[in-house]
Amino acid sequence: MKYLDEFQDPELAQRLLDDIRATTTRPWAMMEVCGGQTHSIIRHGLDQLLPDDIELIHGPGCPVCVTPLEVIDKALEIAARPEVIFCSFGDMLRVPGSEKDLFRVKSAGGDVRVVYSPLDALKLARENPDRQVVFFGIGFETTAPPNAMTVYQARKLGLENFSLLVSHVRVPPAIEAIMTSPVCRVQAFLAAGHVCTVMGTGEYPELAERFGVPIVVTGFEPLDILEGIRRTVHQLEEGRHEVENAYARVVSEEGNPVAIRMLEDVFEVVDRSWRGIGMIPQSGWRLSERYREYDAEERFRVGDIHTQESSVCRSGEVLQGLIKPHECSAFGTLCTPRNPLGATMVSSEGACAAYYLYRRMQVPTTGEAREVSSVG
Amino acid sequence: MDFGGVTKEVCLEYVPDLQVGEYTIVHVGFALQRLDEQSALETLEIFRQMGELDAEFGDHWGRAAEQAGMPRPDLDGLREQEGGAR
Repeated sequence: MKYLDEFQDPELAQRLLDDIRATTTRPWAMMEVCGGQTHSIIRHGLDQLLPDDIELIHGPGCPVCVTPLEVIDKALEIAARPEVIFCSFGDMLRVPGSEKDLFRVKSAGGDVRVVYSPLDALKLARENPDRQVVFFGIGFETTAPPNAMTVYQARKLGLENFSLLVSHVRVPPAIEAIMTSPVCRVQAFLAAGHVCTVMGTGEYPELAERFGVPIVVTGFEPLDILEGIRRTVHQLEEGRHEVENAYARVVSEEGNPVAIRMLEDVFEVVDRSWRGIGMIPQSGWRLSERYREYDAEERFRVGDIHTQESSVCRSGEVLQGLIKPHECSAFGTLCTPRNPLGATMVSSEGACAAYYLYRRMQVPTTGEAREVSSVG
Repeated sequence: MDFGGVTKEVCLEYVPDLQVGEYTIVHVGFALQRLDEQSALETLEIFRQMGELDAEFGDHWGRAAEQAGMPRPDLDGLREQEGGAR
């Protein structure tokens, strides 16, 4: 596809790698924020092409992975109701809640449907006026505008049988949380390109300044990622810490003002818990007062649910970049994409799933592993 | 919207002035931003020139040495040493 193939060119990748190699004089640890970038890095083996001195720490930017267990449990409770059609992106269905997942609810008779877009859920609401249609609204600043627009449309159409279970999260507070952690090893960030497509780059100069870290807005194709790393290494080696845009073909400083206005109208900033990490102040969105009637949590009165994370799963440490996925004892044995203990093994953007699918594992080859590797 | 042969309906509310023939980033059924072709071509051109300029003028060892205030290392001697170690 146009402007995808060009940014995968191996010869140009080599030129970027040569420059990175020639510039690097000592060890540097940088975090790619977005799970889409993690997936691309592992899929294309970019981490293995880099000089040994460059370490990529995989960040928490996988929306499925950081959605708190409590919200999953609320989804499970709502989805099991007979009057409800529960709509979600496909990768949420296998995320384990406390006792089961959405697939289990579906097999027990719950009307759980996978949709491509929140607008598909809106369409279902129009076609089924006697049912309650709930959309599971998770994701970062990239997915929030489509969900905001959907709620806006629902109100405009007077659709009273549509609601949103919201667990949206924001990148800048997560960067702040990572940098203030006592175990932080991150010296620079590759910021998530598609988040900045919407939000622009205005939130980052203050963070770069306060924590003395380079922040380079980076895309998702191999050349985009190498260019992000290359610019980051140049900054680190020269002792600079600035916000740079290495994804200029879709990211501008102001982002998408129409989408930002819609976000600010439909949502309001709240504190949010991140699975495996904990509460991060001001790191999420919920429906604003004006749209609160579309909040599925209120509509279905799903109260506080006590949650128990798996004691074996170390996804919290993976999400904070403290360990690599294969360093967890459950990786590839107790925990596989088919039978995940934690969300990082579920989503295609999760670091554990990426390591598993692209064979970054040092475990005995099981039947499942053979099957996966023959596909990959 | 044509995704390299697959056609899908996409909401254009966030990029209302998008024209037929332009490229856009689409996420969950919504166009979120126009792709700036000029910028894409410029970036690729910079990548192409990077190697070429380097082949012609590049001397990373020399640059590194200069920055460190050291004499430029004897590369041929270094390569022989590396070869010997193997």
